[in-house]
Amino acid sequence: MFLKFSLRSVFYGAGGGNDIQWCFSQVKGAVDDDVAEDIISTVEFNHSGELLATGDKGGRVVIFQQEQENKIQSHSRGEYNVYSTFQSHEPEFDYLKSLEIEEKINKIRWLPQKNAAQFLLSTNDKTIKLWKISERDKRPEGYNLKEEDGRYRDPTTVTTLRVPVFRPMDLMVEASPRRIFANAHTYHINSISINSDYETYLSADDLRINLWHLEITDRSFNIVDIKPANMEELTEVITAAEFHPNSCNTFVYSSSKGTIRLCDMRASALCDRHSKLFEEPEDPSNRSFFSEIISSISDVKFSHSGRYMMTRDYLSVKIWDLNMENRPVETYQVHEYLRSKLCSLYENDCIFDKFECCWNGSDSVVMTGSYNNFFRMFDRNTKRDITLEASRENNKPRTVLKPRKVCASGKRKKDEISVDSLDFNKKILHTAWHPKENIIAVATTNNLYIFQDKVN
Amino acid sequence: MFARGLKRKCAEDEEAVPAYSLQRQSLLDMSLVKLQLCHMLVEPNLCRSVLIANTVRQIQEEMTQDGSWCVPVPQTAGRASRDRLVSTEILCRSAREGARPAPDPGDPASELQVVPAAQAPGAPPGGAWDGDGPRENRGSFHKSLDQIFETLESQSPGAVEELFSDVDGSYYDLDAVLTGMVGGAKSGQDGLEAFASAAAPPPSASCKSDLGELDHVVEILVET
Repeated sequence: MFLKFSLRSVFYGAGGGNDIQWCFSQVKGAVDDDVAEDIISTVEFNHSGELLATGDKGGRVVIFQQEQENKIQSHSRGEYNVYSTFQSHEPEFDYLKSLEIEEKINKIRWLPQKNAAQFLLSTNDKTIKLWKISERDKRPEGYNLKEEDGRYRDPTTVTTLRVPVFRPMDLMVEASPRRIFANAHTYHINSISINSDYETYLSADDLRINLWHLEITDRSFNIVDIKPANMEELTEVITAAEFHPNSCNTFVYSSSKGTIRLCDMRASALCDRHSKLFEEPEDPSNRSFFSEIISSISDVKFSHSGRYMMTRDYLSVKIWDLNMENRPVETYQVHEYLRSKLCSLYENDCIFDKFECCWNGSDSVVMTGSYNNFFRMFDRNTKRDITLEASRENNKPRTVLKPRKVCASGKRKKDEISVDSLDFNKKILHTAWHPKENIIAVATTNNLYIFQDKVN
Repeated sequence: MFARGLKRKCAEDEEAVPAYSLQRQSLLDMSLVKLQLCHMLVEPNLCRSVLIANTVRQIQEEMTQDGSWCVPVPQTAGRASRDRLVSTEILCRSAREGARPAPDPGDPASELQVVPAAQAPGAPPGGAWDGDGPRENRGSFHKSLDQIFETLESQSPGAVEELFSDVDGSYYDLDAVLTGMVGGAKSGQDGLEAFASAAAPPPSASCKSDLGELDHVVEILVET
């Protein structure tokens, strides 16, 4: 079923049936969008949704924690407040190539919680790190040989023996690097994905995918290698990769030519032969010199159920049934009005922007970002879509977001914005959806917006 | 510089120049500039480079089929025509790559190439794409750079090497400027207003004005 959404489709707004009304909840980050290091480069909820991690261009990770719900004021869910901030990666210099390695965090992935501590993987272009985030809310007091401030006591004054006891202290959250997985990638890492066995994970760069064990840092297995013998023949690169949420032997990777390959690690050590190849035939009526570029897949995400996967290319979001390789089962146009502007977008490099996409917890709605700080949601059941804006203008808590509309051509109605007025510097590349609730995190250039559905 | 570079390849087409052909040509030029600018970055984005290179190849293939791609006469040592079909790898390499002898220039489908230039002494290893292989001599990047920087007073390849012998911070600033130029993002214009106004004329019009500014900036670079 090929579904195309025209801009003439009517949005059923506030009060319309089962539609969610999205409200502003919080915004994090500086008001002045000037600091390059603050540019958010990745956003990820943990498995319970209690923690929300962001990575930025300066190599920092900031983790927000949701407050426990206030039972009295049940009009909104708990707020997210800063829980931990740490410097994950530092800039490095590759002396052999005379190239600087950026500290920008490309991806963060959480491990499921096994004990009191939280673990996440964060990666820049070259190195993946496993971080342990643990809380300390007690400290030992009553040492025999030390004063409370740490100075050593004069041993001759020690006349009794006592056992130090733990006393409460202000909560301290510590992040420590537990593993560093380095020197396995020649090209830039674009994806990391934790296996459902919770013991291994994959990391993908432009040409290769490696499989790691979380405990072992000095070696990894190369499972995909698409580097041609002669680099002059290179015409396709890997753009994203992900493990299947349930089958620990299955993963997919997408390419710059708009294909997705599903691989089974049981088939062979080097998964160069795919088990399935997902590719939609090109629409000849839409062919242009930019066809390949806009078909390049910027993100691939399995549904929580594992039955579907979603891909994002420049203009659309596609849902694929893993049992059907020759075309997607659903296609949603994100900003079709840009199709006539591709040459300009090529000129200003916007055509190379890599938008991510995400599923809601029940796999019924998908979300992705666009320009002008707009983001889009598509309800797979009702087939309705909505465009919302992340802006500080409507930042009173519980303000319902007004749907936005872009006027492609012709007479612009009131409240519509014309394509030519869109700000292409304001792009929403990273979005995340709480695994269980209708809470979303949307990253503009250096601000993080949190929206919730209206709770009555 | 670019105004000169945009002249028609085949003189006989000059009277009846179709708009599509002009647009295609300017797209080709724009793509080549983008690839050349790759070399000024610290480590170019491989995905972007591959996509641009594929676009260039598509255009060149179509132009070959059209017959509007004139196979150049074998040239003497010196400036090589930018019109050659270029291999992906040649199109995007680090600024410091060395040179390699050219394959037969009469074959338009062959990979590149162009007159060898002198090798930069002590050039650091690795091209933009080949991050880990042994450093072989590849096709001449210097020549294609030479075409871009036509305003160089001294036309010897050695001057080009000197230009890139020590990349410092000023190049990164230039990159920001040039990217802005090529992207047509003039100060104060955030969106596509620049292009909306150029909507009636073909894209090449705005490209040319931007490229004219690029020319100016390049002249400044060369003179420092």
